[in-house]
Amino acid sequence: MVEKLEREQLALMIRRATEEVFTTMLGVTVRADESYLELTPPAQFDGIVSFIGMAGAWAGTGSLCCSSKFACSLSSSFLMAEFAVVDEQVLDAIGELTNMIIGNVKNEVEEHLGPMGLSIPTVIHGSNFCARSLGRDAWTVVPFWAGEDRLDVKICLTPKDGAGQDHGTAQAHSFSLRH
Amino acid sequence: MFWAAVASSIAYTASRKIPHQPVWTLRLFAGRGGPLLLGSPNANTMPLDLLIVDDSAAIRKILQRVLHQAEVPLGTVYEAGDGVEALAILKEKTVQLIFSDINMPNMDGIQFLTQLKANDAWKQVPVVMITTEGSQAKVLEAAQLGASGYLKKPFTPDQIKDKIAGLI
Repeated sequence: MVEKLEREQLALMIRRATEEVFTTMLGVTVRADESYLELTPPAQFDGIVSFIGMAGAWAGTGSLCCSSKFACSLSSSFLMAEFAVVDEQVLDAIGELTNMIIGNVKNEVEEHLGPMGLSIPTVIHGSNFCARSLGRDAWTVVPFWAGEDRLDVKICLTPKDGAGQDHGTAQAHSFSLRH
Repeated sequence: MFWAAVASSIAYTASRKIPHQPVWTLRLFAGRGGPLLLGSPNANTMPLDLLIVDDSAAIRKILQRVLHQAEVPLGTVYEAGDGVEALAILKEKTVQLIFSDINMPNMDGIQFLTQLKANDAWKQVPVVMITTEGSQAKVLEAAQLGASGYLKKPFTPDQIKDKIAGLI
């Protein structure tokens, strides 16, 4: 089994999974932009961020983030109902999109890095906040566009070292409000 | 009553749009250890009472819509957010088909399937797993526990229809 994964391979997996979920479940066509590495999170964010954990011989986190407006639009396509504001149904829809996209990426990643478990997603909605993972590794980010709306799909993965000590596997997340 | 042959096969298909991306499907023909509940000649026209087990309300709603699109005759559809809720519903209600996710809080789909098949009152009810979990190990685990079908998310109406065609 190949025990490493190049960033471009991971980006391609993200792209395939996202396009399949959008096409199959939402009937929405998205355009993938060039992937990049994110070393530090945005200082300020408005909108929706979701996280889902992955753990195995490698561990990490998958994340989706987009504006509240786009989240409402995606939920409308997903659930065939209109959403003017972010409510429980929108949060649930984004959580399930996260589960499907990152879950399908995980299935491909497992072919290279071994079996991994998937956590239950967490979805946060707000304004003027920043979020970061306490892991030390960079995130592979693939931006997707549907018209002028953007959705970022991100994954950060790091191996557990041979001594059994985890570095980056305690992917706790912290959030702070900016005043 | 129609008795389905007890058979299983693992089909390797390259059905996804992207080459070299195999989709492992495990098709179990329901009837393992007993008769189908849905085997009567008129079963495919009688409304089905279903139980959908998934922690996502969105998926529960979407699955109902997809079943309508697949022209599956629906009776009463019960919903549960996890295996614990599902078992509580089954103690009160009778269903002919169950769809269950795997990754859920409190009691996951594998634990739910185990308890379901250990109960004489419920073990004949076909269970289709609908989940993002796509590993061969998970598919085989579900099959060995008695799942009647396995479908990966995301799914289309045609995939749903095809998956339950042998069960109704």
